[in-house]
Amino acid sequence: MSEHNEQTVREEVRTWLAANWKPDQPLITWRTLLAESGWGMPTWPAQWYGKGYSMALGNAVLEEIQTAGAVGAAQAGVRMLAAATLLEHGSDAHKAKFLKSILTGEHNWCQLFSEPGSGSDLAGLTTRAELKDGKWVINGQKVWTTSAHHAQYGMLLARTDWDVPKHQGISYFILHMDQPGVEVRPLRQMNGHASFNEVFFTDAIVLPEFLVGERNGGWKIALTTLAHERRGADGVRSFARAEAGQGQVFDELREELAHVNEPYKWYPQRAGRVDLILERAKASGRITDPVIRQEIAELLIMARSSEWTARRARKAQVMGRPQGPEGSLGKLAASNVAKKAAHVHTLLAGADAMLKGSDGLMNGLISEILISVPAISIAGGTDEIQRNIISERVLGMPKEPRTDVDRPFRDVPRNPGKR
Amino acid sequence: MEFSFSDEQQVFRDMVRRFLEETSPTKEVRRLMDTEIGYDPAVWQRLSNELGLPGLHIPERFGGQGFGAVELGIVAEEMGRALLCAPFFSSAVLGTFAALNAASEAQREELLPDLAAGKKRITLAVAERSGSWQAADITTAARSAPSGSVLNGEKWFVIDGASADQLIVAAVDEHGIGLYLVDAAADGLNRIPLDTLDPTRKQARVVFSNVSAQRLGGASDATAALDRTVDQATIVLASEMVGGADHLVRSAVDYAQMRMQFGRVVGSFQAIKHKCADLVLEVELAKSAAYYAAEALAEDDPDVPALASLAKAAASAACLRAATDCIQIHGGIGFTWENDTHLYFKRAKASEMMLGDPVYHRERMLKNVGGLA
Repeated sequence: MSEHNEQTVREEVRTWLAANWKPDQPLITWRTLLAESGWGMPTWPAQWYGKGYSMALGNAVLEEIQTAGAVGAAQAGVRMLAAATLLEHGSDAHKAKFLKSILTGEHNWCQLFSEPGSGSDLAGLTTRAELKDGKWVINGQKVWTTSAHHAQYGMLLARTDWDVPKHQGISYFILHMDQPGVEVRPLRQMNGHASFNEVFFTDAIVLPEFLVGERNGGWKIALTTLAHERRGADGVRSFARAEAGQGQVFDELREELAHVNEPYKWYPQRAGRVDLILERAKASGRITDPVIRQEIAELLIMARSSEWTARRARKAQVMGRPQGPEGSLGKLAASNVAKKAAHVHTLLAGADAMLKGSDGLMNGLISEILISVPAISIAGGTDEIQRNIISERVLGMPKEPRTDVDRPFRDVPRNPGKR
Repeated sequence: MEFSFSDEQQVFRDMVRRFLEETSPTKEVRRLMDTEIGYDPAVWQRLSNELGLPGLHIPERFGGQGFGAVELGIVAEEMGRALLCAPFFSSAVLGTFAALNAASEAQREELLPDLAAGKKRITLAVAERSGSWQAADITTAARSAPSGSVLNGEKWFVIDGASADQLIVAAVDEHGIGLYLVDAAADGLNRIPLDTLDPTRKQARVVFSNVSAQRLGGASDATAALDRTVDQATIVLASEMVGGADHLVRSAVDYAQMRMQFGRVVGSFQAIKHKCADLVLEVELAKSAAYYAAEALAEDDPDVPALASLAKAAASAACLRAATDCIQIHGGIGFTWENDTHLYFKRAKASEMMLGDPVYHRERMLKNVGGLA
């Protein structure tokens, strides 16, 4: 990408924004314009709401949109995982039907992957899809489904063949959530929030055209979704924030985000809130304790070097360099930082670490950190799975011998069903 | 901050790495660590003549190459990887930075061209019996004499102190702290090699009894120049340590891929895989810290003191863990003299304590960030 090219593109975006961006219009109208122009997702293919730009050039476009104070394409929730997966594996019909409403924010998505009996071993899932009278009939249960209660569509993994090894009998579907066979129940977590759901399928229906890729070819498509999920878990990316702008677009945006971001409101606490450490250290008076000072320093070193490592990884990605080890470490690094931060917050809180709610420090925020951090080592791939990934893909170490991949799934020992 | 190396820097790194693979295999390290001076003068000359490394960061007007801290960090990282036995850290880093920071223009013109060409080796003597590199702990004294100054005192932990041609000595004088240039052959100067845990980098005790010396720079306190020098050297040492740590990760993983027990390579057990994954994470984080600190130094960022301490604390922990884990993953053979891991372990242990231990650097970092003094 030449300097000249980037300049030209920046000018082109500015001109387009000057002609089209105004805060007083319906959010959907603006985002439709943005999607159809391709400026909202500049790295997407030109025929599908993008410009086909490199990441570096795409970042320049997004910078211009930000500088102009304009609202970008809808990004909140798991919609981008769905979009990335459909872009790579969906049919043209899928892309035509679903991508635009993802970008405008009209439709929310959820990820129907994990099950009570298959967490780390996702390919051991037992939700079944059977073809009856030309339609897929779904029975089974999913769990840890964020936003299932306000999603219109779900990315669904279900077993379509029990007589082949586990990875070879899974299909990837797009499931319409609003139907009688789908029941969504909130799942209360140890921190008291209920941001996830259990989803029960009783003869739920998927039309045949909503199979993504080949029948029994769902596993490799799932890997695409998971890769995008892990990439977003390096602890640096922030969640969509409501902008402070004035006008109809912003009013509707704030409303949308209040809704879509609701399940994520405790996520910053899950990550340990390192940003509060210095403030808490000064306020607590424990800053004179040399032992606690050492712990704070260890935490800050870990947090800052994790952030720099994530930036190295992103820079390599932008420059098109082959990914080094730094690219696969973010999730485990973020988990280590969060655990250490919870430890330091406890040291700084002293006896007050026993209190919560309005009796607790910072109106309960510190206690929410302490009881939310355990999630980060589990969600989106446990620390143990991350260590497997790092050792196998980064260091080239062999997989453990397995007993579940060389036989029909039907014969693999598994957890007793919940129902 | 760039968060990446340029193509030119990558090419430079490859060149340095190839040179060191050729000149510093562990067989050579083992030969040199048993010699008195601890390095091969022929290799030092090649490193100077062919690559110009001692003058890498010396301005061109003094015969150097005029590169910055990032390139210096690359060289140090590769030297750490190869466990090079050479007076690079003592002369090109400590001594040269002290001269650059403290000397007058005339003194620089006198000193630096020979250092850049590798013709002379210089070192910096700061620490005394306590091992501290802080100005406040210095007791060696300088007083004015008819022809220059005279030094009295005793320095410890002087890196390559027994083999250097010249020394820059930190001493207390009427201005506060002064940095004094001393010829190693001067009368009244006695150099006693220290028996060190790390045989790959020599240290000495140096006793000064009325040794004549030349003060560097003008008649003012040199504490800031000394602190700056120690920060610069600390960042380079952190780079060297992450290079060693990177080598140790590879060594541990390679061995785990080869060693068979219970009918499979031990690297297929999660107990070993997860140890390696945790290790590579810590080492990559420490590398990021060293790279960031080197860039900050190159850009003359005001946070250099805090970042130097951060990088050193991170590198110390990562490098020592890499060495310990590498021994553990090797099992019994890892504790033998024949296996090379102990050479890296000993360098890691000595570097951990050199220029301030991790506890000191964590505290120092904290004092320099967020007003937590």
